[in-house]
Parts: sequence; C-alpha cells; structure tokens
Amino acid sequence: MNKPIVELKNVYKKFNDTTILNNINLKLEAGQFYTLLGPSGSGKTTILRTIAGFNDVTSGEVLFQGKKINSIPPHQRNMNTVFQNYALFPNMNVYENVAFGLRIHKVPEAEIKQRVQEVLHLVQLDNYGDREISELSGGQQQRVAIARAVINQPKVLLLDEPLSALDAKLRKDMQYQLRSLQQRLGITFLFVTHDQEEALAMSDVIFVMNDGKILQQGSPVDIYDEPINHFVAHFIGESNIIPGKMISDFHVEFLGHTFECSDAGIPANESVEVVIRPEDLVIVPVDQGKIKVKVSTQLFRGDYYEIIAFDQQDNEWLIHSTKPTIDDSIIGLTFEPDDMHIMRYNEDEHNFNQRLESYEE
Amino acid sequence: MKKEFKFLYFAPYLLWLLLFVIAPVALIFYYSFFNVNHQFTLNNYITFFTSGTYLTMTANSVWFAFLITAMTLLISYPMAYFITKLKYRNLWILLVILPTWINLLLKAYAFIGLFSHNGLVNQIFNFFGIPAQQLLFTNTSFILVAAYIQIPFMVLPIYNSLLEINPSLVQASKDLGATSWQTFKKIIIPLSIPGIKSGVQIVFIPSLSLFMLSRLIGGNKIITLGTAVEEHFLTTMNWGMGSTIGVVLIISMFIVTILTHTSKKRRVAK
Ligand SMILES: Nc1ncnc2c1ncn2[C@@H]1O[C@H](COP(=O)(O)OP(=O)(O)OP(=O)(O)O)[C@@H](O)[C@H]1O
Ligand SMILES: [Mg+2]
Repeated sequence: MNKPIVELKNVYKKFNDTTILNNINLKLEAGQFYTLLGPSGSGKTTILRTIAGFNDVTSGEVLFQGKKINSIPPHQRNMNTVFQNYALFPNMNVYENVAFGLRIHKVPEAEIKQRVQEVLHLVQLDNYGDREISELSGGQQQRVAIARAVINQPKVLLLDEPLSALDAKLRKDMQYQLRSLQQRLGITFLFVTHDQEEALAMSDVIFVMNDGKILQQGSPVDIYDEPINHFVAHFIGESNIIPGKMISDFHVEFLGHTFECSDAGIPANESVEVVIRPEDLVIVPVDQGKIKVKVSTQLFRGDYYEIIAFDQQDNEWLIHSTKPTIDDSIIGLTFEPDDMHIMRYNEDEHNFNQRLESYEE
Repeated sequence: MKKEFKFLYFAPYLLWLLLFVIAPVALIFYYSFFNVNHQFTLNNYITFFTSGTYLTMTANSVWFAFLITAMTLLISYPMAYFITKLKYRNLWILLVILPTWINLLLKAYAFIGLFSHNGLVNQIFNFFGIPAQQLLFTNTSFILVAAYIQIPFMVLPIYNSLLEINPSLVQASKDLGATSWQTFKKIIIPLSIPGIKSGVQIVFIPSLSLFMLSRLIGGNKIITLGTAVEEHFLTTMNWGMGSTIGVVLIISMFIVTILTHTSKKRRVAK
C-alpha cells in the first residue's frame, strides 16, 4: 500500500458547541480520484477547507506526506482548490487569472507564457486568454478555475462541487473531461458533490458523509452493492429496504419466508434490514415468484419502466423493468441470493468490513 | 394614463432639479458674463486666465485640494479596511459617519480650541516638555482639519467597495500561494478602485473651495478659489468675477469626474 499524501486523523471541528466534523479519519493516496458525497450541510466543504488550510480543527491531525500541517497557512500548502463558485478574479482576464499562481512564485515571463498556454490547451480554451471573466459561460469559467488551480502542479487538487452550476448535459460532459484530466495529470483529486450519480461515475473511492461523519468509504461498486446502513443504501441509488430477521448464516427471513442470501457473521434471530436494488428484481408469473406484490403505478423512464408495487405487509417495492405490466395486477418477483444485501442496525464501518472479510474470499 | 402617472411621480424631482441645480448653475454662467456695472463682457474670463493672482490661486487651490485628498485617502483606506474586519462593523462605520452630523463651523471652532496657544494639544506638548507651538493658522493644521472633516466621505465608499469583494477571492488568492500582503496588492486594492474613485470625487471638489476652513484654521494665508468667491460676492460685490470662478470650479469638477470615470477597457494578454 502506498504512503498516503493527505491524511486526517481523528479530526473534530466545532463551531460554538455544534459539532460539524465528528471524528473524521481519511487517507488519500497519490493519483486517485476521491469523492466526498453527502447531503447539504453534512460537512463536505468543511473537510475541504480543513485540508486546504482555511479552517483550523478543534482537535485531531492534518497530515501532508506524513507531516503534520495543522498550523501551516494555506499559501504554503502544496494543494490547490477549485472553489464552489469558481472565485475567478474579476480584475484580471483569463490569461492573468491562470498565470496568477506562477506570477506569485516569480516564474520567468517566458515560462509563464508557455505554461499558461499548456493548461489552457488542457482545458480546451486555447484562444480565450484575452477574454474577460464576465465574457465567459459557466462551463468556461469552470474550466478557467481548473486551469488556474492545476498550473502550480499541486500534489492534490480539491474541488468543491465544481459542476453544480452547470446544466445537465454540460455537467455530464464535464464529468468525462474532469476524469480524463485527472488521469492525464496523475494527481490526487478530492471532489465534493451531493450528486450520487456523479460520485459513482467518476470516483476511485467514495466517502459517504452525513452529519459530520464518514459513514462508509469504498469503491463505487462496493458502496452500491454493500451499503453499510439504511442512510447509505438510500443515498446511493434507489433501493428497496425491508425489515427482516437473520435465521442463520446465509439465511434470512422476511415477509414470512426464509430466503437464501449471501451474508453471514450475524447472530441468529437478530433483526436486520434487507436491501434489494430495483434493477435486480425480475417480474415473473405469480406462481413462480418468491414474493407477490400488487402493482400500484408505473412510469416510463425512457430506457426502463419504473414500477411501484406493494406487498401484503404494505412495504413499498420499486422495480425497474424493461417491459410494462398491468396496473393493479398481482405479479410475482424473483431475485438471486447475491442480489440481496443484509444490513445490521448500528454496525460501524470497522466491524462491517471485518465481517465482510470473514466470509468473502 | 400610465404615462401621466409616471410624470406626476417624477415631477417633484424635476422641479427640485430645476430650482436648485439647473437654475443656479445657469445663473452663475449668466453672471459670469457681466462686469460690476452690469455690462456684458468677456473680461472676467480674460482677467482670470491672464492675471497671475488668479492663476496662482487656482494652482494653490488644486495643490491643497490634492494634498487634502491624498491625506484623507491615506487615513481612510486603512480605516475602511480594518472596519470591514471588525465584528461590529456596522456600529463602527456609524461612529465614523457620526461627525458629519455636526455643523462644519462647530467643528472648526472646536479645532481652534484644540490648536490654540493654550489649547489641549499644546498642554499635552508641555506635559512632555515640548514648548508651545504655533499650530493654528498653519498650512499643516489646515490640511489636517480639512482631511479630518472629509474622512467620512472617503471611508464610506471605500468601505462599501471592500465589503462587496467576495471573500472566496481572497481565499483563492491565498490558495494559489499569495501571502496576505500579495493578496492585498493584487486583489483587494484593484477591486476597491471604484470606491477609491468615488471617494476622491466626493472629497477633491469641495476641497477646492473650503473657504471657511482656510480662513478659520489656515488663517487666510492661502487664498483659495473658495475664499475668492466669498470675497467677490460679499466684500467687493463683484458678482461677475465671483461667478466666473464658480464656472471654473464647475468645469474642473466635470474634468475630475471624467478623469476618474471607470472605463471598462479590455486587457490584452502579453
Ligand atoms: N463559519 C461557520 N460557522 C458556523 N457554522 C458553520 C460555519 N461554516 C459551516 N458551518 C456549518 O457546518 C455545517 C457543514 O457545512 P459545510 O459547508 O461543510 O456543508 P456541505 O456539506 O459543504 O454542504 P453543501 O452541500 O450545502 O455545500 C453546516 O451545518 C453549516 O451550517
Ligand atoms: Mg459545500
């Protein structure tokens, strides 16, 4: 395992008695794309500002390449930020904005010119040097902000919801561009978003946050397939979450039946929650279904139908199907043991990971 | 119907403009073309631009107005900057504005008291063993008091333009490696130029004609254009010459306004 570039150890941040960051621990390794994902107010920006040096911590350590940097001011940290509202300097044109970091570091004029051209090319704004900031579109401003931030060749780039002001199409486009930019530059990105699709599409590792805590970290696939708890399961993608009871390893009971599942390490008879993703449910004739549900409504979503149905215990079921069904009809649903994921109440990440490791090969 | 209503709405303002702005300016222009005997003449202007007295007076006025403005700016900018950093900045800015509610004459007399031979300042000097100084009726005291009186008018626009600067710009600058001082030079000062410009406009013009202060505090040693206007209207009764100086002041006001006008020009990358 590589040595981490940035590390937060037991970081707490309090503003007048309210805890904003609650024991944050994270490690960022070189060249990876990390995402902080969480709802508004969960502390994402605060973490970014802590790493950039704009916030001091109430307790805990901020490390950069193994050295404690708690008291190093922002301008001496080898990291750069793309701000939530871009924060481009209105008194300078595009060229001067991008050149700012080099001017500060007294780089010779000829080199400045060459490097500005390079990064403007990188963000596909080759001939925009003379433009005023007010003459740029949102997407162009965003790219200037990125160019300005990467010109100092930082080890870590911090991006605070850089795409949130863009329309849906441009946003998708920029997701690809950002991801490929990160791969070309090979520097560590810490990207903040509250859009779970964006996080899933772009990241190597996602940190899911809520209320100043990191609830779970892992690859997009891990987090999507094996959410640690109700909050994460709900926040990442859509899911059906049904209360159940563990019978024994690899057996769980819900809706009055016992099903084979792929989870273990949970004491028998413990109450649990069962997660099944809507796209893993297959509609079959009633007699072939593992469970029966009554269709309530269905919506055409373009590439699939979104069907809402209810079982006999009034649990809501969300089903994604390529074919429509009939409203108010009773249908059968089937799923594989692998499609189910069992969550214990109040399990912390450490125990969760250990349990998963104990029975997964 | 709607149009008439709109006119009614603006009527008081138009009337006000007409009575108190346009009419006086027109009258000043008009009087400036007459001599003491109420005969039409261009001589007032000829005198003004050929006589050494008036030109020296103009140069003096401009020079002192410049010194007063520079002094005011030098004190006001840091003051405005630090007030934006304070927790109760609204209260502090109110305290800065407060002296403008007091009559100019009262403030002038207060300074006479402070600066006089037995005034507070000289008493403090005595306390430290410094002999009493002639403070009143010097150019320095004139500039200091004028600057003191103008400070609120300079602080306010600068304060407002500083408050308008998005704090994330300052953070972005530091994030890119700039120290606080570099950020101040490269970001904060350039972005507060509009406030500096309007402050200079507001302070420079009245400083050209501070006749009351130049008399009471400056001891009438420096005859500025303002003093000359007062003399012509009240003492020599040469309204024509007084108006001519007034016209010159009005025109220089326009020149200053045009010079400090923010022109949005495009910068070209090097
Ligand atoms: N200077 C401050 N003083 C007091 N509370 C603050 C301060 N800055 C942030 N907070 C609080 O800290 C919490 C986390 O804020 P933060 O900006 O980190 O959220 P976020 O996850 O970035 O949210 P968003 O997605 O809306 O940007 C919020 O409840 C906010 O009100
Ligand atoms: Mg935020």
